[in-house]
This record gives sequence, C-alpha cells and structure tokens, in this order.
Amino acid sequence: MHELSITQGLVYAVLDRTGERPVTAVNLRIGPLSGVLADAVRFCFDVATAGTPLAGARLQIDEPQGRGRCRSCQDEFTLSDLILLCPCGSADVEVLSGRELMLMSVEVA
Amino acid sequence: MCTTCGCGDEAGTRISNLAGELQTSRQGHLHSHTDEHGRTYTHEHSHGHAKSHEDTDVNGHADGHHHAAQGTETIVLEQNLLAKNDLLAATNRGWLAGRGVRAFNIMSSPGAGKTTLLVRTLTELGGRLDAGVIEGDQETSLDADRIRATGRPVIQINTGAGCHLDADMLRHGLDALSPESGSTVFIENVGNLVCPALFDLGETAKVVIVSVTEGDDKPQKYPHMFMAADLVIVNKSDLLPYVDFDVDECLRRIRQINPRAEFLTLSAATGEGLAAWYGWLDGATSQAAAPTSGTARSVPLTGALTKAH
Ligand SMILES: Nc1nc2c(ncn2[C@@H]2O[C@H](COP(=O)(O)OP(=O)(O)OP(=O)(O)O)[C@@H](O)[C@H]2O)c(=O)[nH]1
Ligand SMILES: [Zn+2]
Ligand SMILES: [Zn+2]
Ligand SMILES: [Zn+2]
Ligand SMILES: [Zn+2]
Repeated sequence: MHELSITQGLVYAVLDRTGERPVTAVNLRIGPLSGVLADAVRFCFDVATAGTPLAGARLQIDEPQGRGRCRSCQDEFTLSDLILLCPCGSADVEVLSGRELMLMSVEVA
Repeated sequence: MCTTCGCGDEAGTRISNLAGELQTSRQGHLHSHTDEHGRTYTHEHSHGHAKSHEDTDVNGHADGHHHAAQGTETIVLEQNLLAKNDLLAATNRGWLAGRGVRAFNIMSSPGAGKTTLLVRTLTELGGRLDAGVIEGDQETSLDADRIRATGRPVIQINTGAGCHLDADMLRHGLDALSPESGSTVFIENVGNLVCPALFDLGETAKVVIVSVTEGDDKPQKYPHMFMAADLVIVNKSDLLPYVDFDVDECLRRIRQINPRAEFLTLSAATGEGLAAWYGWLDGATSQAAAPTSGTARSVPLTGALTKAH
C-alpha cells in the first residue's frame, strides 16, 4: 500500500509550506495512469493527517482522464490503463495525460 | 518521513550494520531548519540535505500565495507528490556516479528468485566482482543471512509495514554499506510488483524478475513495474516444460509496455542462461565505470566475468 507513504509524504510536503497554520483544504490531481489510487489516498488521508494541522481538512482529488495519441494514425483516444494500444493496432502511443500525481494547492485559515 | 529531507520512520524501518546487528535506523546529529515564516524545526539527521529552503518566499507572498475570500488563503504548490523521493533519488544518483559505484535495483513478486540469483552470482563471480548487497524485506534477515554466507558484505533494511524501498532508505543503506569506489551494489527490493515501481532510488538500472510459475501475463497486470525496467529476467526456465508459460508471448507483452527493456531467460537454480546475465552485468558495470568517474576499477571486469563459467 504505497498510497500510505505517498499520503504521508503529502502531509510533510504541505507542512513544509504551511508550518503550524491550520490547513482547511488540500487539492490533488491524480491521473488513472499514475499507479496511485485516488480512493486509497482518500482512505489514508484521515490516518496520515491525524494530530497534524491538516486534521479535518477537506481533500479534493481531481482525476483527469488518461489520453493518448497514436504516432501512426495521429488518432487521439482515452486511455484507461497503461496498455498503450491504439484502436488501429499500433502500440506506438504517446501518453498525453493521465500520469499526473500532483499536489496542486492547499487552503490555510 | 522527516519534513525537510524525507527521512522515513513512519513504517518502523530498521537498518542493520555489516555484522548484521540492528542499528538505530536514523542515527545522527540534531539539526534544525528555519522556515520562511521564522519557525524552527529540529530533527535528527545522518546525511546531507538535498533540499534547500531558499526557494521559498522571502518577501511576503511572492511565489504562489493568493488570498482567497472568507479569511482563507490558497497556496499554490503544483509539485509532484513524489518530489521529495525523486530529489533524494537524484542525490543518490550523484553519490553513486561520483564514486563509480553501480547499483542495481532487483524487483519481483515474492519468491521469483531474487535472492537465489544474487547468491549464485556472488558465489560464481567470487572476488572477480567487487559487490555488496542491500537487502530489503518487511521482516527477518533470512535473505541477508543467505547473502552473508557468500562472504560478501550485506546490509539489511527491514521496512516493517512498508512494501517498498524508497530513496531515503537506500541513502541510509549506502551509508551503512559504504561501498568501495568502482564496486557494484545489488539492492534486493521488497518482493512486490506494485509499489517499488513508483519509487526511484537513484539506482543505475532497474532489473525486474518474473518467474515462469507466475504466468506470462504479468507485464499486463503490473505495467508500471515493466515500464520502469531496464532489464527483464524470466527466471526458473528449468520449469518451462512443466508450466504453461510462453516466453515469446511474455516478451511480446513486455514490448507493448516497454520497447526498450533488455530481456533474458535463465534459471538461477540450474545456471542455464546465466552467461547472458553475467554478460549484461559486465556491460552495465564497465559502461558505468568508464566515462564519468575518475576512480574507475583498476582491474577491468571485461573478460574476468566471462571466465566465471
Ligand atoms: N526451479 C527453480 N526454483 C527456483 C529458481 N530460482 C529460485 N527458485 C526457488 O524459488 C524459491 C524462492 O526463491 P528466492 O530466491 O528466495 O526468491 P526471492 O525473490 O528472493 O523471494 P522474496 O525475497 O521472498 O521476495 C526458492 O525455493 C528457490 O529455491 C529457479 O531458477 N528454478
Ligand atoms: Zn504498497
Ligand atoms: Zn493508431
Ligand atoms: Zn532530515
Ligand atoms: Zn529474497
């Protein structure tokens, strides 16, 4: 469950910038191809933030779609996993989005 | 993890010394940081800091502070959630390159044969390959004991609840192992095809082992791991007559995910195919030793390795 250590890393990254100010919201962006499950992060968030200035903060996770572009036929399409296969049969696919694993912003009181 | 450098402690990581005795994992001097708001943080620390705090705003709210309504303030961060690990990995990479040390991160599901391959490699290459091992396991020092029996130095990292090694753990492992310039470090990661894929250690190369008893569809099921691999090894080839595993099909599936990974089939038990593994190590080690470091090995590995069998 790497989401736990990633969520703990998230808490420290936030504290690094906010110190002891109470954090009211945390905004993340987690793509479906990032290898991290948004639901698992939500699950870990309460545990990882307990006893810190992030406790009780609203966690908002933006989950962008995975998008790919085929280098053979130039078609653009949705990617739900890392099996990069264009409907035309080519596996030469460029990932345009979906690998994001970002701490976007926080709100402090 | 420590807030400033990422020193991990959340999962009860323990690190042993060369004699196999348990060390307090995060020994070191106390040091402190003062942040941009004048607060001071103190923590124990045993290695250099990768991160400087100078990038923060000195004059008020210069970078990314925006004032929102209702008395709250939005701080824009836009940083990768793995930024701290990646920064420490970059530091490890520099540390290794500066010493001409090659570090190979060996990953697989539990039981695919990582320790067996390492024991056999260290035994067969003997003194011709100057190598040490960093063993990552959740519990026990069983694998480290198997390595120690070969006479090579080994450091055990028990990750406790953690299911992967991270760059900070490797940093502490390297400190404890203290590898010679020009030597090779094998890192046996925790047996797990999921989590270790996300954590760059700063290693020279990532080696992923899949054994023929696991099924040839592993690449599809664990694409992150195979995407990260520099070398994929199919192990337990001695069992191919007894199991339904198509080596070509496995390679085809790997290629769909990772067109550049090298690929070997071998048996760590019988020794079949090991010549190619030693050849790969030979290439990888001599490549890394040659151009960047001023302290390249005195005895070239080339030739010596191929004589081993
Ligand atoms: N038949 C056969 N068995 C093998 C081979 N390599 C390893 N094994 C056996 O597979 C089992 C697991 O091997 P290990 O080397 O302990 O595997 P590991 O990847 O280090 O396992 P963990 O550290 O638990 O993740 C042992 O019983 C080995 O003897 C092989 O090439 N052929
Ligand atoms: Zn995990
Ligand atoms: Zn196409
Ligand atoms: Zn520190
Ligand atoms: Zn092992």
